[in-house]
Amino acid sequence: MSVSSSASGGAILAGRGGLGGSLSDAFWRKPQLLLFLMLTPPLLWLGVIYLGSLFALLIQSFFSIDEFSGMVVREFTLKTYGELLRPSNLDIIVRTVIMAGLVTIASAVIAFPIAYFAARYARGRWKAMFYLGVMLPLWSSYLVKIYAWKLILAKEGILGWVFDKLHLTFLIDGWLALPIVGGNSLSVSPTGTFLVFVYVWLPFMILPMQAALERVPTNLLEASADLGASPGQTFRNVLLPLALPGVIAGSIFTFSLTLGDYIIPQIIGTSHLFIGMAVYAHQGTAGNIPLAAAFTVVPVVIMGIYLWLAKRAGAFNAL
Amino acid sequence: MPHAVSFQQVSRHFGAVRAVDAVDLEIAPGEFFAMLGPSGSGKTTCLRLIAGFEQPTSGHIEIFGETVEGVPPYRRNVNTVFQDYALFPHLNVADNVAYGQMIRGVGKAERARNAEAALEMVKLPGYGSRKPGQLSGGQRQRVALARALVNKPKVLLLDEPLGALDLKLREQMQEELKVLQKALGITFVFVTHDQSEALSMADRIAVFNEGRIMQTGTPEEIYRRPKTRFVADFVGSSNVLPPKVTQQLGGPAEWSSLRPEDVRLDAVSGHEARVTGASFLGSATRVTLDVAGEKLNVLLPSGLAVPEQGASVRFSWKPDDLHLMGTDA
Amino acid sequence: MRSDRQNRTPMGLKIAAGVGLAFLHLPLLLIFLYAFTTEDKSYQFPPPGLTLKWFAVTWNRPDVWEALGLSVRVASISTAVALTLGTLCAAAISQTRFFGREAISLLVILPIALPGIITGISLRSAFNLAEIPFSFWTIVLGHATFCVVVVYNNAVARFRRLQGSLIEASMDLGADGFQTFRHVILPNIGTALLAGGMLAFALSFDEVIVTTFTAGQQATLPIWMLEELVRPRQRPVTNVVAMVVVLVTFLPILAAYYLTQDGDQISGQGK
Repeated sequence: MSVSSSASGGAILAGRGGLGGSLSDAFWRKPQLLLFLMLTPPLLWLGVIYLGSLFALLIQSFFSIDEFSGMVVREFTLKTYGELLRPSNLDIIVRTVIMAGLVTIASAVIAFPIAYFAARYARGRWKAMFYLGVMLPLWSSYLVKIYAWKLILAKEGILGWVFDKLHLTFLIDGWLALPIVGGNSLSVSPTGTFLVFVYVWLPFMILPMQAALERVPTNLLEASADLGASPGQTFRNVLLPLALPGVIAGSIFTFSLTLGDYIIPQIIGTSHLFIGMAVYAHQGTAGNIPLAAAFTVVPVVIMGIYLWLAKRAGAFNAL
Repeated sequence: MPHAVSFQQVSRHFGAVRAVDAVDLEIAPGEFFAMLGPSGSGKTTCLRLIAGFEQPTSGHIEIFGETVEGVPPYRRNVNTVFQDYALFPHLNVADNVAYGQMIRGVGKAERARNAEAALEMVKLPGYGSRKPGQLSGGQRQRVALARALVNKPKVLLLDEPLGALDLKLREQMQEELKVLQKALGITFVFVTHDQSEALSMADRIAVFNEGRIMQTGTPEEIYRRPKTRFVADFVGSSNVLPPKVTQQLGGPAEWSSLRPEDVRLDAVSGHEARVTGASFLGSATRVTLDVAGEKLNVLLPSGLAVPEQGASVRFSWKPDDLHLMGTDA
Repeated sequence: MRSDRQNRTPMGLKIAAGVGLAFLHLPLLLIFLYAFTTEDKSYQFPPPGLTLKWFAVTWNRPDVWEALGLSVRVASISTAVALTLGTLCAAAISQTRFFGREAISLLVILPIALPGIITGISLRSAFNLAEIPFSFWTIVLGHATFCVVVVYNNAVARFRRLQGSLIEASMDLGADGFQTFRHVILPNIGTALLAGGMLAFALSFDEVIVTTFTAGQQATLPIWMLEELVRPRQRPVTNVVAMVVVLVTFLPILAAYYLTQDGDQISGQGK
């Protein structure tokens, strides 16, 4: 047997030679060199180009615009931030934050049964189907999803048709007649904006929630039931506190995505601005880059506070 | 003939941790050498220094007389059997075994032949087309062995290769490894924390503790004549007696070691002691005695009468069996 | 014991979960219906009739083809860049320990963690400051930036499952760094990279928010759709394009799912 012949040759083998061989030897001797070479391209791209752009934007928020010439004055000032506090601008911020909050709450309520079912009861093929059932809407085209709602909410669309067939059109009309939430039709009302926001961001709430619920040991629920708790009490006192990190993790997405969006309210909604639309308007036609930049700082700061609070609640373990 | 492996004052420090601390070591060609010690004692780091996965902080390493500092693992004619086997999951068994030869540019037909021969050698003929995931732990271990041996290394390193196997399989593999090593004549360096494994397999043993070698010697030497308290206690769980007790038993004021199986219980002659406990081990019964406040274990072969707890007994030993280790062992 | 209880699903939960999933999927199904409607002036439901003629009309529209072509080219190049940068980053993070690892993973995630409008407007103002004219490459630059993270997430998950000793085993058997990469690392992370690449492609193909800031006068397919949404002029063509977009994005998602099925999950944080 050829293998059994005793060891032969020297203790050190000749290298492969060539460029590959010597480079490989150099990397082995100096692992830092390899690390440096691996990290340079991504760091140049993300660290220099991307972070650089973000900082450039931040700096511009400390510039101001000359009201007569419309030119940007490149001098440090807090004047632009002062403008943010004008009532009309504050309105925009408050409206956006309220919308983001409502969207987050609604998403959590709708997401919970789906996430709970997928985490607890779905097994095997059902589990895979649930997973894909959330992933496909999550990944399918953002614009198409909005477009679908334009079809649904149009006066002559499917929702109007269903209510008409059920002779319930007065419900829609009554709702639209309400102040604040109402409007001429669903597709130009804050209600419409809200519905589309919830639809588009819902999958981002389901996935982290499901991940958190899957980590709740079943025997805890059984223990609670054994100790005489009703299903409702078990839900309130055991399940909800344990699932909360997942809810918070999901809410980071729904909250942040709503804060920054400018396309949904532009297509389905009223003429009242949201933060994203204000940014878009100020940098575009108005050419007021400093104010646009100051507006972008708002969601970042709000998210910063939100993340800090979420971190204290231990939400990041569920990401 | 140069040593198969030689360490001269080799240290490997990780920050403040001295994983290996000024180790001198010489392994003879064709030897079955075991590195024995508790986890964290530096034995695995020594193995990795030989393989080339670690570089010494200071000191000098030679393999068959050739200096290996700065030589990467892929240029050392040394192969390793990893603790977790590290079989490539994307390759079948035959391609795993042939990997080293594929890298060296051996032709397809020839390396397939060699791989099958190596598989036969480890008693897995015809397993070549399976994936590692379809094998049992013992079979994976054999594939890992074949993958290393097929390259005919100058030194084969084995990192706790039997640790994950159950007892019966482990004993069988111990036997096979020994036979294989004698047949191939390759130097084996074997890392283990299991003292009985080291004693039964190795030609020589180095006992490690806290990055240093406490003692090197044949299994017989290590077992019979431990140099330190640590070695006596770690290898075969000897009774380690402080100088005061040694003196009471008629020896000099030195640390000493008395193997439990060397002590006889005797009704008439010898020292007096009280029985504090007994536990049945199968082939023997371990009786615990209280000697002047020190615990002394005695192994009583099966079939002998076991004294009652609290009973007063007499015990004795052959003069040679009380092994002295000096005053500061 | 109440082991039977475990398997019995409460009816209310079943219904709520079913309704929730229906809420997610019915609007997408509606898109398919509308692609066949004969109505071309409004969004009337139910469609007065069904027809295939809009497919032919769309097929003959050069502007749709142009937008589609641009989107495919942008997505291909962005995916290639993201694959390179994401894999390098994942390898560096997983295979070595060094100071600042956390900061680098944060940096990779930042472009999708921040609202797209911030990424968009900062890149746009940076282009303005540097006087870089809008072009194909300004779009790619923006897309690659947020695509890196999907490749990175998939690659890091796979690297984590890769036994550390495999690389040592390969080197022990005589393979140098490049040979180890080719024969051990690449085969083991290949499917994860493929999945990451597909997701990156889908993400870029669909992106609109950043693109509006970096495209100038060029129209990718989403930009084309956005214009139709704001000022509907070609309702039937838009219907058909929407359906095709749904189909085109489903395929890479399904493929990525099957490629990564054994163990890691597709990161849902992609958008």
